[in-house]
Amino acid sequence: MRFTHFIFLLNFFIFFGCKQEKLHLTKIQGEQIQITDSLSSNTEIESFIKPYRDHIQKDLDSVLAYSVDLYSKTDGDLNTAVGNFMADAVYSEANPVFKSRTGKDIDMVLLNYGGIRSILPKGNVTKRTAFQLMPFENSVVVVALKGSQIDSIVEYLKTRKRAHPISKFKLVLDKDFNVIEAKINEKNIDKNKVYHVATNDYLYNGGSNMTFFKNNDSLYVLNYKIRNALIDKFIKLDTINPVIDDRFIQIK
Amino acid sequence: MKRRNFIQQATAGTALVTLGGLGLQSFTSSLKTSKITILHTNDVHSHIDTFGPEDGRNANKGGVARRASLIESIRKENPNTLLLDAGDIFQGTPYFNYYGGELEFKLMSKLKYDAATIGNHDFDNGIEGLYTQLPHAQFDFISANYDFSNTIMDTHVKPYKVFKKGGIKIGVFGLGIELNGLVDPSMFKETKYLDPIEISQDMTRILKEEEQCDLIICLSHLGYNYRNSETKISDLKLAAATKNIDLIIGGHTHTFLKKPTIVKNVENKNVLVNQVGCYGINLGKIDFYLDSNKNKAADGTSIIV
Repeated sequence: MRFTHFIFLLNFFIFFGCKQEKLHLTKIQGEQIQITDSLSSNTEIESFIKPYRDHIQKDLDSVLAYSVDLYSKTDGDLNTAVGNFMADAVYSEANPVFKSRTGKDIDMVLLNYGGIRSILPKGNVTKRTAFQLMPFENSVVVVALKGSQIDSIVEYLKTRKRAHPISKFKLVLDKDFNVIEAKINEKNIDKNKVYHVATNDYLYNGGSNMTFFKNNDSLYVLNYKIRNALIDKFIKLDTINPVIDDRFIQIK
Repeated sequence: MKRRNFIQQATAGTALVTLGGLGLQSFTSSLKTSKITILHTNDVHSHIDTFGPEDGRNANKGGVARRASLIESIRKENPNTLLLDAGDIFQGTPYFNYYGGELEFKLMSKLKYDAATIGNHDFDNGIEGLYTQLPHAQFDFISANYDFSNTIMDTHVKPYKVFKKGGIKIGVFGLGIELNGLVDPSMFKETKYLDPIEISQDMTRILKEEEQCDLIICLSHLGYNYRNSETKISDLKLAAATKNIDLIIGGHTHTFLKKPTIVKNVENKNVLVNQVGCYGINLGKIDFYLDSNKNKAADGTSIIV
């Protein structure tokens, strides 16, 4: 009975529904295949990629400048040569961009110590060096902060006691980490003035616990990558010889 | 090649399935089983070359040329194969910085990708940067919840696409993540983000009822799961809140799943959610077996993952 019933149904499907036969999902099987060296490379794809790769390698390795020494972020106490180089490069390369768009100047730069991702090696400096120093895609942003808010930056730097890269900013602490001197562009900080602080989008969004950027007067996005600022600086300089200076120090 | 194969019986229908199959062997003419293979990647992030020997846990893994030969061999085994990408094709290696995504799209075209959805990083050179590279992509971009009508991408992105493979209709629709707070507004311009659940309800209705699809796949860049947020939409939440989706292929969260997750949808039916990490280290492969035996409708589907 059941069987004949089924044959009827089947015939019904064959004669009336053959074009749009109803399909049923009976089994699903899933797996994940890892791409490892046990797989052979497709030679056509490989040779298609090669000229692109070769061009990038050649460009990354083309010499832009010469570094007189090896500069590491572990050399220095509250400021380091490589950190100073990066913060100063952001100032000198981003300020013309900012000025041309807004008519204003960047007052100071603040980056983060953790954002220095490698050493600046002695000898030839290439684009690859910039990719090693700054492998991330973060871009320069300029944040307008009131003088009174700069206090949060001072507080942050003196409690963290780390060589976070700064430029156009001076901070001197005593042996107990109290502030002796805090200046922007060699002038005392005016609580009522608006300062334009250049940083990167990662820090602006609270990276490295820099929570003081969000409460700002305005934000200017420059669409200028930190890495590109470094590359542009390398191109301008023949010789790179940054130094540890007195921008952020503790007097013991 | 390391294959992961876990056996899990999702429903208790095996015995019935076998019985039904036996009873029908004499009517072979109309009882053909079709196999559809879905291959997928996500968050490849411009990783074209194989990782170097010093690259930690990713050392010596990945690489487009290897993926190409793997896909080729799978296609030889089953021509009824679809190859999909769940977004974030761009950004991560100098290939993107130098060529803006041109090589990524050209290679995906050579590998014969059928469709991709759009990830947040695909806006990294702005919506113009994405648009500029479109001529290099010989596959479709699908996104149902990004409304591009006031942007340069208008008409270049389809909400869904229906593929016919071996007589089987496969509907694929795309979903993207909320861009506000994730991507600078100057990058995505007037792209409007629409609610993924509402859009999925529309899409599944269209694909099931109007397009009469046999399989419905959601290509999502929403992210697998957000443990710290009860409200943030994710693939797991989407699977539970919708119906008629057979498979959600995810991205964004770079989630390395040991095996696809099985989620119960609003009708208490199984949905597969899968994601294969990132950087082209893995290729996801899901095989769907369909046949025309009507008796099997009530018996359920066995899921082996």
